[in-house]
Amino acid sequence: MRGLRAGTVVLLACLLALALLPLVAEKYYIQLFTKMMIMAIFAMSLDLLVGFTGLVSLGHAAFFGLAGYVLAFAAPQYQAADLWLSLPLAMVCSGLLALIIGALVLRTSGIYFIMVTLAFAQMVFFLFHDTKIAGGADGIYVYAKPVAAIAGWEPFTLENHTHFYFVVLVLLALVYACLRLLLNSLFGRVIVGIRVNEPRMKSLGYRTFRYKLVCFVLAGALAGMAGYFAAAQFGFVSPETLGWHQSGSVLMMVILGGMGTLTGAVLGAFAMMLVELGLQGLPVIGGVEIAKHWQLLMGAFIVCAVLLLPQGLLGLGKLASRLRSKPAEARDG
Amino acid sequence: MDANTFLIQVLNGIQYGLLLFLVASGLTLILGIMGIINLAHGTFYMVGAYLAFSLSQHFGSLWLAMAGGVVIAVAIGLVLEWLLISRLYYRDHLYQVLLTYGLILIFEELRSVVFGDDVHGVAVPEFLRVSIPLTETLSYPVYRLWMSAVCLVLAVGMYLLIQKTRLGMMIRAGASNREMVQSLGININLLYRLVFALGVALAAFAGMIAAPVASVFPGMGNQVLIVCFVMVVIGGIGSVKGAMLAAILIGLVDTFGKVLTLDIGGFEVLPQMSGMMIYVLMAVVLLARPEGLFGKRA
Amino acid sequence: MAEAVLRTERLTKHFGGLAAVNDVSLEFFTDQIHAVIGPNGAGKTTLTNLLSGDLPCTSGRIYLDGDDIAGLSPDRISQRGVGRSYQKTNIFLPFTVLENCRIAAQSRLPSSMRFIRSAHAYPDVVLAAKRALAEVGLEHRAQVQAAALSHGEQRQLEIAMTLATRPRILLLDEPLAGMGSEDSTRMVELLRQLKQAHAMLLVEHDMDAVFALADRLTVMVDGRVLESGEPELIRASAAVQEAYLGTEEP
Repeated sequence: MRGLRAGTVVLLACLLALALLPLVAEKYYIQLFTKMMIMAIFAMSLDLLVGFTGLVSLGHAAFFGLAGYVLAFAAPQYQAADLWLSLPLAMVCSGLLALIIGALVLRTSGIYFIMVTLAFAQMVFFLFHDTKIAGGADGIYVYAKPVAAIAGWEPFTLENHTHFYFVVLVLLALVYACLRLLLNSLFGRVIVGIRVNEPRMKSLGYRTFRYKLVCFVLAGALAGMAGYFAAAQFGFVSPETLGWHQSGSVLMMVILGGMGTLTGAVLGAFAMMLVELGLQGLPVIGGVEIAKHWQLLMGAFIVCAVLLLPQGLLGLGKLASRLRSKPAEARDG
Repeated sequence: MDANTFLIQVLNGIQYGLLLFLVASGLTLILGIMGIINLAHGTFYMVGAYLAFSLSQHFGSLWLAMAGGVVIAVAIGLVLEWLLISRLYYRDHLYQVLLTYGLILIFEELRSVVFGDDVHGVAVPEFLRVSIPLTETLSYPVYRLWMSAVCLVLAVGMYLLIQKTRLGMMIRAGASNREMVQSLGININLLYRLVFALGVALAAFAGMIAAPVASVFPGMGNQVLIVCFVMVVIGGIGSVKGAMLAAILIGLVDTFGKVLTLDIGGFEVLPQMSGMMIYVLMAVVLLARPEGLFGKRA
Repeated sequence: MAEAVLRTERLTKHFGGLAAVNDVSLEFFTDQIHAVIGPNGAGKTTLTNLLSGDLPCTSGRIYLDGDDIAGLSPDRISQRGVGRSYQKTNIFLPFTVLENCRIAAQSRLPSSMRFIRSAHAYPDVVLAAKRALAEVGLEHRAQVQAAALSHGEQRQLEIAMTLATRPRILLLDEPLAGMGSEDSTRMVELLRQLKQAHAMLLVEHDMDAVFALADRLTVMVDGRVLESGEPELIRASAAVQEAYLGTEEP
C-alpha cells in the first residue's frame, strides 16, 4: 500500500513538472515535449496490446498514420479542420481499420501474428505510397492546425504552441487515467488473463477472440488519437508515418520503458525520443557525419537494450531497490 | 495482351516466385529449427546484392563475386549467431523481433555509409548475356532462365533436406525445441550456428543472383522480407509444397498486377494498386484457411 | 432411470494413424461419479479433451442434454455447464489465488465487456470465488500469488477454479495427482459432496479413491472401452485383472 502511494506521489510530481514546463522552457523544448507526449500516447496504445494482452503487433503505425491522413483530408486547401469533428472522425477511421485488420490477424497467433500485422500495415503503406489519393510517396501537407471552436467561441487555439502543449498534456493524463480504469475493469482482467493463459480463459468460457478484437480496435483508435496530433503538430503526413520503422520504433519504446505498465510506456517514449535527439545532435568525428547516420547508433542502442535491459528501464529501478533492500533483509534474518 | 507477352509475364512471375522461395527457405529454416524470427533476413538479401555489386567490380567477374560473397555471408552468419542470436533462444519472440530490428538499422546505415543511397546496376555475366527470340520484337533473357534453374536446384536440395533427413522431420513437426534436438544426439550449439549461417548464406545468395535483374538499391531487403512473410503465411510453416505454391502464386499475382489494367468506376485500380495485391491474396487465405494453404490445422 | 446429462456415441479421435480414442460410447448421470481408469496412453486425457472441446473429434457424437455439442469451441461448452480441470496444473501463475477464482467466477456474468467499474466492485463474483476457495480449503491462502503455492495447493486451486464456473458436469483429470494424503482425503470428501448435484467424469490413478468414489467404472485400454459397469463387477472381471488391475495388485 505504501508503495502504491509513493508511486502516485511520483506520478503527480511528474504531472506537475510537465504542467509547469511551459513557464520556464523555450518554444523549441515545449514543442519537443509535445511531441514526446504524443508518442507516449502512441506507446501506451501499443502497450495495451503487447504488454497487457500479449499481442505483439508489428503494424501499429498503420492506425497512427491513417489518422494523420484523415486530418489531411479533413483540412483541404489551406482550410482548417474542425477539431471536434475531425478528431473523432480520425479515431473512428483508425478504429475501423483496426477492426478490419484485427478480424483477419487475430485468426493467427504467435510468430504468424507478428508477420501478419507487419504485412497488413505494409499494405496500408502501399495504398498511400503507390496511389495518387493522398500525394503518393511525397506525402501531403496539413497547412492549418485544427480549430477548436464551439459556436464561435474558441477555448484554445492549436496554432499557439503552448496551447497545443496543454491540450496534449491533458489528453495524455486523460488517456492514462482511462486506461488505468480500463485495466481494473472486468474487461481489463479478461485481457490480462488472455496474456497469461489464453487456453485456460477459453476453457473457463471466455470467447477470447471478441475481447482481443475489441482491444485491438481500442488500441487502434488510441493510436489514431496520437497520429492525429502528430500530423497536426508536424503539418505533414507521408507514407513513412505508417511505415514499419514507425511500428518498430514504438514497439521499442514499449519495451525500453518496461512493458505491461502504463508508466513504462510513457517513460520509454520519452527516453527513446531523447536518445534519438541525442544521436541526431552528435558532431562530426573524424570526417564522418555521425548525426547523419544516427540510425546506426540507434540500431546498436536497440541491440544493447534488448540484451542488457530485459525488464526495461522500470526493471532497472526494481533491481536497484531490490539490491538496496537485500542487506536489510539479511540483517532481519 | 497477346500470347507471347503473356508467356513472358508467366515466366517472369515464376522466376520471381522461385527467387522468393529461395529467400524464404532460409527464413523458415531458421524459424523451424531454431525458433528464431529473424527480421534481418531481408537485410542479408540486401547485403548479398551489395556484395555482388562491389565484389564483381573488384574481381571483374560475377562468379568470383558470388563465391567470395557466399564465404563472407557465412562468416557474417557465424559471427552474428555467436555474438547475438545465441542469447535469444530462451527469450520471447518479442525480443527476437526487436534485436533483429536493431540489426536492420545497423546494416542499412552501414550500407548508406559505405555505398551511399544511389541505385546501382550489376552486369550480367558475359556468356549469359543473350536472349532467346520469341517473335521479331520480343525475346527472353537467358539469365532469367538460368536464375530460375539455380533456384529450382536449390529448392530440390531444400526439399530433400526437409523430407529426407531427421533435421527436416523436426522442421516439419514444427519443433523448435532444444531438448528434442539434443535428444537426437546432435551438437546443438554447432547445429544452430551452422543453420543460422546457412540461412544467411541462402538470403545473400538470392540477393547476389537477383542483383543483375533487380538492380541494387536501399530498402530492397525490407521489401523482400515482408513479401517472404506473406509467403510463409499463405503457404503455412513446415510445408515445402505450400511454400512453393505460395511463392509461385505471389510471383504471378505481383507480376500480372503490374501489367494488367483495371478500372472500377473510373478509379484506376491496376496497375496503380498492384503493390497491394499480394496482401489481398493473403487476406483471402487468412479468411479461408488461417493456418495457410498447406499448414497443419491447430 | 433418468436421462443421461452427457452421453457420447461412438466417439473417435485419430492422431495421424493412431486412434487415441476409438469408438467410445459412455453415459454420465447427475449424482453419479463415472470413473475412467486405464494404463498410461489409454486415451483418458484425450477423451476429456474431446468432451471439453479442447480437441475436435474425428467422428462420433457428444450429446449434452440431448444436443449434439461435438465441434463446439471450449468456451461454448463451458458456458453450457461443463467444467473441467487439467491433469497438468493450468492456472494463472502471476495472479493471486483469489484472483484466479474471481476470473473463473467472472466468466458466468452475461458479458465482461465492461470497461469502467472496477472488477472488484462485483460482490457476487468475489463471493462466488471465495466460496469456491472455501470448498477446496484454500481460503486462508486467498491473497498469495498462485505461483507461490505448493504443488498440492495448485491442484486444489485448479479444482476451485472449475467449481467457480458453477458447472453441472465436472470433468476431472487426475484431481488427486501429486496431493499429500491429508489433502487427498479432503478432496475425496469434497468429490463425494459434489456428486449430489453434479455429473462427474473422474480420471484417476489412485485406485483406493476410485473404488471409494465411483458409482460406475470404465476401463480403457489403447483407446477402447475394455469394460464398463459397476465397480464390483469391474473388480471381478478377468479381462480387466489381466489388462490392468492385475499389474497393480500383486
